[in-house]
Amino acid sequence: MLQPRSIQSTLGIRDKILSIDYILVFSILILGITSMFAMYSTDGGEFKYHTNSHILRFFVFFGMFFIVSFISIRFWHETSYLIYIGVFILLLGVKYFGLTSSGSKRWLDLYFMNLQPSELMKIGLILFLAKYYHRISIEGVNSFRYLLLPITVLIAPVILVATQPDLGTSILIAAGGIIVAWLAGVRAKFFTISGLALLALLPLAISFLKPYQKSRILTFLNPERDPLGAGYQIIQSKIAIGSGGLFGKGFLNGSQSYLDYLPEKHTDFIFTLFSEEFGFFGSLFILLLYALILSRIIRIGHITRSNFGKLYCYSFATAFFIYVAVNMMMVLGLLPIVGSPLPIMSYGGSSMMAIMFGLGIVMSCKIYKDVPVN
Amino acid sequence: MLSPGSGNTVIKSKLISRRMFLITAAKAVVMVGLVGRLISLQINQATKYKSLSDKNRFREWKLAPERGAIKDYFNKEIASSEPLYQVHLVPENAKDLDNLFVRLKAILNITDKRVSYLKRLIKKQKPWEPVIVSENLAWSDFSRINLFLHELEGVEPIVSVARTYPDNSSAHILGYVSQISAKDLQTKEYLKDLAVPGMAIGKTGLERKLDEQIIGKVGYQRYEVNAFGKRIKEIKIDEGQAGKSFKTTLDYEVQKYTNELLKDKAAAVCVMDVYNGDIVSLVSSPTFEPNEFVHGLDKAYWNSLIKNEKKPLANKALSGLYPPGSTIKTLVALSALENKIIRPLDTFRCKGKIELYGEKFHCWEKDGHGIVNLRKGIQRSCDVYFYEVARKLGVDRLSETAKRFGLGKKVLSDFIEERSGVVPNTKWKKKFIGQNWYLGETLHSGIGQGYFQSTPLQLCLMTAQIANGGFKIKPRIIFDEKNDNLRKYLKHKNENPNEPLPTDLLVSNFDLEPLFKNQEHINLIKDAMFSSSNEPGGTSYRHRLEDPKFTFAGKTGSSQIKRFTEAQREAEVKQESLPYKDRDHALFVAFAPYKNPKYAISVLVEHGGSGGKAAAPIAKKVIKKVLERHELRRSVNNKIGESV
Repeated sequence: MLQPRSIQSTLGIRDKILSIDYILVFSILILGITSMFAMYSTDGGEFKYHTNSHILRFFVFFGMFFIVSFISIRFWHETSYLIYIGVFILLLGVKYFGLTSSGSKRWLDLYFMNLQPSELMKIGLILFLAKYYHRISIEGVNSFRYLLLPITVLIAPVILVATQPDLGTSILIAAGGIIVAWLAGVRAKFFTISGLALLALLPLAISFLKPYQKSRILTFLNPERDPLGAGYQIIQSKIAIGSGGLFGKGFLNGSQSYLDYLPEKHTDFIFTLFSEEFGFFGSLFILLLYALILSRIIRIGHITRSNFGKLYCYSFATAFFIYVAVNMMMVLGLLPIVGSPLPIMSYGGSSMMAIMFGLGIVMSCKIYKDVPVN
Repeated sequence: MLSPGSGNTVIKSKLISRRMFLITAAKAVVMVGLVGRLISLQINQATKYKSLSDKNRFREWKLAPERGAIKDYFNKEIASSEPLYQVHLVPENAKDLDNLFVRLKAILNITDKRVSYLKRLIKKQKPWEPVIVSENLAWSDFSRINLFLHELEGVEPIVSVARTYPDNSSAHILGYVSQISAKDLQTKEYLKDLAVPGMAIGKTGLERKLDEQIIGKVGYQRYEVNAFGKRIKEIKIDEGQAGKSFKTTLDYEVQKYTNELLKDKAAAVCVMDVYNGDIVSLVSSPTFEPNEFVHGLDKAYWNSLIKNEKKPLANKALSGLYPPGSTIKTLVALSALENKIIRPLDTFRCKGKIELYGEKFHCWEKDGHGIVNLRKGIQRSCDVYFYEVARKLGVDRLSETAKRFGLGKKVLSDFIEERSGVVPNTKWKKKFIGQNWYLGETLHSGIGQGYFQSTPLQLCLMTAQIANGGFKIKPRIIFDEKNDNLRKYLKHKNENPNEPLPTDLLVSNFDLEPLFKNQEHINLIKDAMFSSSNEPGGTSYRHRLEDPKFTFAGKTGSSQIKRFTEAQREAEVKQESLPYKDRDHALFVAFAPYKNPKYAISVLVEHGGSGGKAAAPIAKKVIKKVLERHELRRSVNNKIGESV
């Protein structure tokens, strides 16, 4: 285990390339290419704005993924807090200088792109907490002194994002943070207590919900409540997926999306479109790709030496899984519509950037698996 | 590891892995759940969702079929379809309805009332259901709409078809069409699959009788539509089927001519071929404008129809019930002859009135007709003669003959407006009035007053069956080249004048149904009618046609509205001096030409006074017109035997 050579933080470029997890890389690539086909279909079978920009973004961020991969995990460990603080400042920036679109303030205009810092926060929080818990001894984890900071860094961005308002993303950010704490050994009791406390606060929280958010939850409970209004998305999405059948309607033949019955088909409902056109087997293919990606990330977490790497990889894998599961459950009518993109598949630069960055750090864990971090 | 806490690190990493294992297990469960959901949606419920998806995707628009034409005997269309230019509005395709209506108002000059009505309608129905902005546009307006179409999103110019009638001369017999009502949908089975918005169906007359066949089959256009209801592409089109066209026995020229004659009168005329029952003309007056009903009736026009005391909407020829008056005397005489009650030369003395149990029964001729036999009785229409005959005959035998000749029952089938009238007898009175029959009522019946009720069409049929020698005919209005047996028989008889033809042979060879016991009796009646019209002293002598080609034999009649008081009778009050509402209805029935009967006619003029003065002159003109067109009529269809 204690091989002096591997302690070296400067690996040769050849070693780095050889130690890349190619199965993970190819899974991502295949998923990315699949997403291009889906995007091409949402544009009605033409290379239009969404398709072109999706393809461009995928390759740009795929490149970024490699760059991040080749930078030592030690560097990422050291800059974790900085990254979190940077993203947090961006979030504050959104609050004051953000772009407002359809009632919520989520974006920063960076001239070359509109950045959604809340997406980056998903990774930033995981990085911060992974580093934080990496340092704390197992006994210290459950002491009140060491719970204070994690709770603060978790709640602060969650509140900022929730008030944009973007309930979905804020929940997903919180989920990422909670996962790290859980993996680091925070007692189950603590989660139970805070869970109950949240439940007690629920009535209060509901009073803060916007009417459209309330209606989304009510609609989820009974989609037929208002089939032309709030229930419309869930119903149409289920119709699209169900009508795909075993083999789907065929590429570019998804009538539900082609005829605009499907809402948000580029982003949240991209899986619906794919599922309509490629049927049960197509859906299974996507699920298997995600399962493969997840298993590779978990494997990397398993083989990486440092607890920072493990915490990060496991947490990222779990968060990644939650993003996928929440999105799919949402479009399958199992969860209320909360607005969460499907990683890599959905249109959206910030989400793509965050996921690719997160995957890059995973890959860095792989390449520098034996490098200790302190 | 260099750090002192390396043991701690290992324990920690084991804790992390243990907890990760739990999470991974949870992930697997969720994954299985997702796959399960996919199986449920995409495999188990695929059929349901496929049909829901198709329901989303396709929308059908029904196309109103073209209504079949109704033609006259000469194939002139008397009810046809014309292109109709309409403007529809699909609310969901319009961006700004208020703005759009302002634009439409400027282009089409529609009223504010209509606009607010349309706005209410739009609120009530589904956003993709079209509303009809303008029912019937002039071509110039329609083309102007097309010019501005690019700035009128949601507006659709539609070329449809609508019923049109050349004029109002046949309004009653043709009936009219109008929008389907909720009640129509409930009561008429055939409309179930037919309900196209804006489609008109037959409400009265032939339009109603033939509706099921004439309406055609609804077509549909199936479009793929997007979520906003916009049509993306046409998937299928079924043009439907135009309705069946019908040829009638009517003569449009005669209809027009008669209609003009009756103008401003409350009157009815019915002309029938005496051999096959073809109804050549059936006019009721005053008429109404059937075209007004097609595109939603104007309230003021409707009110003017309803309030008119001459009842323009009623088809008086079919549904007007009038006592037959003296026209019944032909049947009274025939019945008496057939029942051997009288012989033709038996006489009675008319002194202007008779008395029965203290009640006076007056003859219209105050001073009496003197010695009267059957021929003179009919010629002069002597009431006393027929009081006497009726008294001997009895009402039950009279009613039997009257029924045999077609009174008291509907002549045509499937005309809801047709009424059957009343032929009274002792049983009838017991049943419907609950009283015994009085002899005095028999006397009234003998001159066609009292309980007797008949339609002009029934009187025409009665006359036609006398004219053709006493054979039953089935009147018809839909052309049918068959069923001309009577004409064939007569042709046969003319070609073989010496061959005796027993009655049963008539029945078996020519499928004829004689209404007489002795045809000589029929001839006696016909001769008496001739004298009534063509010999001095006859009640319609003044209006005879002398040309033997046109000479007709007729019988006048007037049906009493109000009994004359003794004082009025003494003062010899004339009908013309009475208030309109109290005057008698004038009746006249005839057949022509006398020597070789071809057509029978009945004329009714409500409150016209006496038949000889008010009805006979009309009959005279119509008879001439019909006979002038006879050769032409026969030439249209040569399959039927030559004129006889």
